[in-house]
Formats: sequence, C-alpha cells, structure tokens
Amino acid sequence: MAKTFAEINAKIKKGEAVVLTAEEVVRMADEQGLKAMAEKVDVVTTATFGPMCSSGAFVNFGHSDPPIKMAKVWLNQVPAYTGIAAVDAYIGATELAEGREDYGGAHVIEELVAGGKIRLKAVAQGTDCYPRKELEGYISKESINEAFLFNPRNAYQNYVAATNSTNRILYTYMGMLLPKFGNVTYSTSGQLSPLLNDPYLRTIGVGTRIFLGGTQGYVAWHGTQHNPGKARGENGVPVGGAGTLSLIGDLKAMTTEYLKAAVFKNYGVSMFVGVGIPIPMLDEDMARFVTVRDREIKTTLLDYGVPGRSRPTLKVVDYEELKSGFVELNGRKVRTAPLSSIFKARRIAVTLKEWIERGEFLLQEPAAPLPADATVKPLDVKELD
Amino acid sequence: MVKERFTFVFSPDTYAKPVTYHLVKDFDLRINILRAEITPGEEGHLLAEIEGEEDNLCRALEFLAAESIEVIPTTKQVTVRQEECVHCGACTAVCFSGAMAMNREEWKMEFRPEKCIVCGLCIEACPLRIISVGFGGGKT
Ligand code: SF4
Ligand code: SF4
Repeated sequence: MAKTFAEINAKIKKGEAVVLTAEEVVRMADEQGLKAMAEKVDVVTTATFGPMCSSGAFVNFGHSDPPIKMAKVWLNQVPAYTGIAAVDAYIGATELAEGREDYGGAHVIEELVAGGKIRLKAVAQGTDCYPRKELEGYISKESINEAFLFNPRNAYQNYVAATNSTNRILYTYMGMLLPKFGNVTYSTSGQLSPLLNDPYLRTIGVGTRIFLGGTQGYVAWHGTQHNPGKARGENGVPVGGAGTLSLIGDLKAMTTEYLKAAVFKNYGVSMFVGVGIPIPMLDEDMARFVTVRDREIKTTLLDYGVPGRSRPTLKVVDYEELKSGFVELNGRKVRTAPLSSIFKARRIAVTLKEWIERGEFLLQEPAAPLPADATVKPLDVKELD
Repeated sequence: MVKERFTFVFSPDTYAKPVTYHLVKDFDLRINILRAEITPGEEGHLLAEIEGEEDNLCRALEFLAAESIEVIPTTKQVTVRQEECVHCGACTAVCFSGAMAMNREEWKMEFRPEKCIVCGLCIEACPLRIISVGFGGGKT
C-alpha cells in the first residue's frame, strides 16, 4: 500500500485526498482497524500552540535619507539585535523593554502582525557612506521591507511535566508551581502534537511545508538542542524533550490568532506560536505512528524546586493521566494543568486539513533529513585563571 | 448592623489560629462560612459572610490584619476578558476553588465566578494578562 509524496500531492491537486486530524485518525483506526485506515487516509494533520521562547523575527527597515548604519535599535523600547547589515535586525521574543518586565519582543512582534505602529529608535556611529547618527519614528508592517519569523527552536517533541517540592510558590516558564506539590503543569498537545506523530522524523526534514502562525511556513533546520538520542518507549516515542525544529515563515502573512505574546510572572516574556505539520501516510509504519494515543506518550515529572541542572525525576507519567486533571504523587491526588492550548491546536489541525482538502497546501518532501544522532551538550565552561 | 462577604487568606503559619472563635467571642459577629479550603502546611482560603455592628466589624478587620491574615472583600470581583482567552489553562493550575477550570471535552477554560474566592493567584498566572480584579462587582 506504500504511497509517495508525489502520489499524495496528485490526489490533493485533484481534490481527492483524504485528510484527518491526529485525533480523528485514532478514532478511525479504532473503528475500522489500522490497515483499512492506512489504505484510506492520505494525510494526518498535527498541531501545537504553546509558549516557545526560542522565537523571533528578522526585519529590514529600509534605508532612510541620509542613510544610517544602525548600531543599536529599539522597537517600542525593546532592544533588537542589529549586528548584521545596516538596516537589518532580529527582534527576539524574550527580550524585555528597558525598565519593564511585562512587555518584550513577543509583544512587538504581535503588534507588528496586528498592523500597529511600532516606535523605532536607532543610533549609529556615522560613516562616510552612512552619515546619519540617529533616527526615531514609527514603522509598521506596511512600511518595512521583509519581516520573517525565524524561530531557532520550536515544536519540542515531548516535554517534561513540572511540580514543586519547596515551601514557596515558584514562578517558572512552566507557570506558577504551588508549594508542596500543590500542582503539576505540562506543555504539549499530547496525541495531537506534531513530532509525537512521527517519532523518528521520517517525513519531516529541511524544507517541510507547515502551518506557522496562521500562514504557510517551512522547517528551516533541526532546532537547537535537537536530541533524537533521548530514551524512547517501545513505540518509539521519546520520554521527555527530544527532537526540535527550527521554523521560518512570512511574518506579514501571519495572524495574532496564532501568534501571541505571553508573560510569565518573575520569569519574563515568551510567545505562543501556532504550529501545524502534515504527516503523509506513506505506509503502515506511519499509520502506527500517527495513531499514537495519549496513554502511550510518557514523560518525566520533575521537581522544579531543585535548582540544579539535573532535577530528580519523581515519576514517569502519561498524557492520559496528565489530561485527566489529576496525577497520583506520593499517595496524593495532585491537580494538573496544561500550558499549551489544545483548543487552539485543534483549530490549527482543522485549518491545515481544510487547506489540504481545498488543494491550497501541497506536501513538500524534505530536501534533507534532520540529524538522527545529534546529542545535547551541557555547558561546563573552563574556569577563568 | 452590616453584612459583608470576605475571603480570608491563611499562610502556613496562620492557618492554625482560631480566627472564627475570636470573631464571635471578641467582636460579637455572626459568621456564615460559605467555602473553606485549608490544608495544613499550605495556603488556605475561607469565604465567609459576616454580620454585626459596623464598629465591631472594623475592629475585627484590624485584629485580623495584626494576625497577618489577609482579608479580601468579595465586592472585589474577578473578571476575564474571555474573547482574548487562548485556553492555555495556566490559570487553572493555581485556582483552588475550581472557579477557573478546563472543560476537558472542548479544552476550553470556563470561569464560574460564583466559586471564586478572590485569592488573586490567577491574575498573576495568566500569560495573556487578561484577568483582573476590580471593586464594585463589575461584570463577570
Ligand atoms: S481569584 Fe482566580 S485563582 Fe483565585 S479563586 Fe478566583 S478565579 Fe480562582
Ligand atoms: S491563563 Fe489566561 S489565556 Fe490562559 S486559559 Fe486562563 S484566562 Fe485564558
């Protein structure tokens, strides 16, 4: 029954492709059996909408008259990196506005996407070819040249769940963790999550076309901290954070429905990013992968009360438990809460499905695979003499 | 005579104090406990309706402040700008009263103001900053 990308694309173009979301495909396999499902279905859509710190955008402001070679740039008082060409800059999602804790790069990106006016300030040393030394005024997505989202690490394949053994509230990127194991938070969309439906990244690689922030985007590279060597369960699904993706897409075509600034108290700013990835049903192996269920996806529950790099694993839990609202810990029922929105992830999976059904979105076979043997090094610097 | 609703917030150090006893005995107040969530060693909340002479109520509130027990009048109402909610669930992690809870079918966050004890934790927890507390019982 093996199918190729080209065969599936031919069906998409004719409007004949059968597309299901990763949740729908599980139900179909239950009702009709794996083999029958694998024959019928061509594409499975997966999605996630969670806070992803490793996000940001490249922008090109255009040249002023007289021109300026920007040495330092602020967008709504948020510093952007401009150690590249004269009027290019990178605005990182987590960069904070000077003197503020609740406004950062993610807010600038969201406002830019919304079409708002952004206050640009730039200073420069002044050169013969770029004499101007200062510039201040407003820009918008209409006024600037390129603006593209370029996220070094998104779509984490699984992630730990967090709790807190200490006596005080911990304010973390995993949300507020209440004292004495008062709650547990987790942050993937489970069986709907992209890289959990293709655990060995057989169909996802450099150049894969995806849903990103409400428009079409691409996988640019493997993400930072990509760790395919992470321990896996029998079904191939890694237990805890493993593969990651670096993503790219046209910021001007995105919408604030799928790109949202987030503030985590006493931690900082991050950005909710909506990502959807289509998985082609190439063969029965893929059929098995895309029918992964919450109870088959396991992760480690870590104590964020331990400040070190190696936090102790309290327990291995699965997503069926996490999504039930409670997990058992030390003989007690502890409340669980998500941080990534399954509601939004479902919308993304359905939107992507509709794009494919309408023939507006074709699958792109990877130009190169992602590394299958990368590992993550810790940072152990040599002490200064 | 006045009648008002308050949420008392207890810390792990203050939960063991016989507060209601003092309110009845020393200040001649009538207390109707509407909700209580107190687990030894953790922060606890008590929602109560208190009735008595205005003067006594004022002195009782001073007494509670001196005992390091936070008192929040429920005329402060928590509101959520629902249309901006992304249903991430971060607020449900900290809401002990269950006022902010996930609907696990649709995975939408649903707010039931009648359960809220105005502890304020969700306001800090919401990454979109769309939860606020205001005086005067605004719309919920
Ligand atoms: S203030 Fe927020 S967290 Fe506290 S009880 Fe009310 S809804 Fe729940
Ligand atoms: S934390 Fe904020 S955005 Fe998230 S579900 Fe609660 S109210 Fe909605």
